[in-house]
Amino acid sequence: MSAILELSGVSKEFAANGRRTLAVDNVSFSVEKGECLAIVGESGSGKSTIANMILGIYGASAGAIAFAGEPLPERREKRHRRAIQLVQQNPLSSLNPRRTVGASLRLALDVHDIGPKAERAERIGALLQEVGLEPDYARRSPAALSGGQRQRVAIARALACESELVVLDEPTSALDVLVQARVLRLLAELKAKRGLTYVFITHDLSVVRNIADRVAVFERGRLIEIGTTEAVFSSPTHDYTRRLISAVPVVSDAEAEMRQNIMEMTHD
Amino acid sequence: MKKTLLILTRNPLSLLGLILVTIIVLAAIFADFITPFPEHVGAVVDFTNFNQPPHWPNIFGTDLVGRDLFTRVVYAYRVSLILAAVVLIIAVPIGVSIGLTAGYLGGWTEYGLMRITDIFLSIPPLVLAMSIMGLLEPTLTNGMIAVTAMWWPWYTRLVYSITRSEREEGYLLAAEVIGASKLHIMFREILPNCVPSIVTKMTLDFGFVILIASSLSFLGLGVQPPTPDLGSMVADGAKYLPDSWWLTVFPGLAILFAVFGFNLIGDALREILGGDQ
Repeated sequence: MSAILELSGVSKEFAANGRRTLAVDNVSFSVEKGECLAIVGESGSGKSTIANMILGIYGASAGAIAFAGEPLPERREKRHRRAIQLVQQNPLSSLNPRRTVGASLRLALDVHDIGPKAERAERIGALLQEVGLEPDYARRSPAALSGGQRQRVAIARALACESELVVLDEPTSALDVLVQARVLRLLAELKAKRGLTYVFITHDLSVVRNIADRVAVFERGRLIEIGTTEAVFSSPTHDYTRRLISAVPVVSDAEAEMRQNIMEMTHD
Repeated sequence: MKKTLLILTRNPLSLLGLILVTIIVLAAIFADFITPFPEHVGAVVDFTNFNQPPHWPNIFGTDLVGRDLFTRVVYAYRVSLILAAVVLIIAVPIGVSIGLTAGYLGGWTEYGLMRITDIFLSIPPLVLAMSIMGLLEPTLTNGMIAVTAMWWPWYTRLVYSITRSEREEGYLLAAEVIGASKLHIMFREILPNCVPSIVTKMTLDFGFVILIASSLSFLGLGVQPPTPDLGSMVADGAKYLPDSWWLTVFPGLAILFAVFGFNLIGDALREILGGDQ
């Protein structure tokens, strides 16, 4: 395993109304290729700031971010854009209401010149199928899609340019529980199939347990704990982590089994 | 488009607007066929039949040199409509591009462009057009230039405010993360979201441009004789009120119907397309 993403000593300071706030404070961690690292923390803990710096929406005030062994410049080149993609929280706003689903997907193919022009429509159909939608959804407007379907389109868009690292910024928190489970399953499948690496930002620890290999816990801009999901859940070393975990509603074994049966039934 | 037209015909007010505008546009296009004396557009004198109240075949009466007023009103519509169309075809793309650029790029670009826009907006429109017309020869072309110069800033303001609110939308972030060019983001992602508001405003403005152009020629700064123009016809006739009322009333009503018709459609479009001003 090799680190695909490496943050070393990254800080981000925002200045607003003459006041300076340190949103991210000297954070270092790395993400291995093919893993899913969950970044958890309450709102204001700096997790979105970290996502934005990884995506190159803005640069870090201090420290360096390296991708595949190379330092990432503040002004990203096309190949960086292609390799690092994003799935946003709100599927209502992440698709342009005035463009068709196909046009939104085609943008990624056009910008990065992926495949011959004549085959792009076909490729869009294949992408939609990969996320569990019919190819003819390409002609539809986002308004005609449900929240879960839109989020699938957003995932297809993130994969369209054959990205390697996907930053998932609370991708399921705007969806209802059933849809949440299906989208999570889709994400897990795609990760295995395409060998993707995820940085999964969330405040929902039950989602973390489902999908993450490792967890990084943030509090007020600082990384306070990082380790495998099991280790962090079974023996959290930090008091803040313990409080986060104890806030998750617990499901008993019996309930879990019942849920499993129901899930299998609804599957068919 | 078809659906919009269908909804327009359902509301009695917008239907009235649609009928008015259709009649005006058709009359202007087929002026050569529907007017009894097409040659009266130019410098024609007929002292056997001058300054007459409405009678057959001069249903709007005749002017001081004996030309058929109905013919001249219909041809004046043609001039007004062409002027309004040209003004909007030039002013809208300029205004929209500046608004998109200022709203999307932000920073010093935004500051510079919007201050220039504010300067134009701060001058009363008629004063601005009058000073331009005062500097230039009063011809139809220069009239269009003057009205265009005062018209584009309104589109800049409109598009700028929409762009500012769209800038927070996730789809723009997604396009940026994909690496789309700024031009693509401005014209392919943001612009489609401005189109309903632009179309609505353009419909309303069609009437207002006719009104402003008529005001300019009323002041003697527009189209020069013998080309018929609604504003100058009202101005010339006003001297002979109330005795020769038909000289002012018919061109005046013509202006009223044009502005009214386009306004009714514009108001209906605003509700249908949800464009905000």
